Amino acid sequence: MRTIELYFWAGCPSHPEAEELLREILVERGIEDPIRRREIFTHEDAVANAFPGSPTIRIDGRDVDPEGAHTPPSLSCRIYRFPDGRVSPIPSRQQLEEALS
Amino acid sequence: MSVIETAPAFDLPGVDGRNHSLEEYADATVLVLVQSCNHCPYVIAWEGRINALQREYADRGVKIVALSSNDPDAYPADSFDRMVEHARDAGYVIDYLYDESQDVARALGSERTPEVFVYDADRRLVYHGAVDDNREEDQATAHYLRDAIEAALGGETPAVTDTPAVGCTVKWRS
Repeated sequence: MRTIELYFWAGCPSHPEAEELLREILVERGIEDPIRRREIFTHEDAVANAFPGSPTIRIDGRDVDPEGAHTPPSLSCRIYRFPDGRVSPIPSRQQLEEALS
Repeated sequence: MSVIETAPAFDLPGVDGRNHSLEEYADATVLVLVQSCNHCPYVIAWEGRINALQREYADRGVKIVALSSNDPDAYPADSFDRMVEHARDAGYVIDYLYDESQDVARALGSERTPEVFVYDADRRLVYHGAVDDNREEDQATAHYLRDAIEAALGGETPAVTDTPAVGCTVKWRS
């Protein structure tokens, strides 16, 4: 059983879209492990959870975007940088699929 | 917080090393103010389109001015020095101003970055909200900012005058 965690801060609007994409991939792969939603409320929460921005998704404790995981903790929207140079507020399907494989 | 119907007065330092005021833009047929910042992925997703609109409409008297009001103590990536770097790296042709006191953001009623305010020649607000309807440029189908600029240039009211801005919150000082 995997531990699938979605850390989010409500001040950033991107987590519902990230959660929807994550659920879609879980269904496609027949993975029934629950998504554990962890809301970050304060800067102290962000520090305590090493939260680099919203949303942050960890599979068995490992960030789906390890390169971005070391950004200083803050209550902000997280930036995901894709190999083609694009920037996104949510991880890519490929990042999620690789993290779940 | 509600959006006001006329352009607020301002006199703010720009990343070009000069101050810029509302009066300076008096000759602009259309003035667009963009609540913005450096660190937000939604800004990064849309800033190229905003910059491209400035290039496209510069000859028709449109002036697009971005401003960052975020608290740099809590968000160092939004400091003035980083604004200068960001504008240079992103190739801004728009003016980019630093609203350190956050007075202009409060006067605008800004809540998000990016959030656009389009003013006609009389500096009446004709459109407020999102740039378009999708942060992925090739998937955008409703081009609110472009349509508002075109309407304002023609002395008309845009078909859509208000949409929800999608982006990061303005980082207010505590």
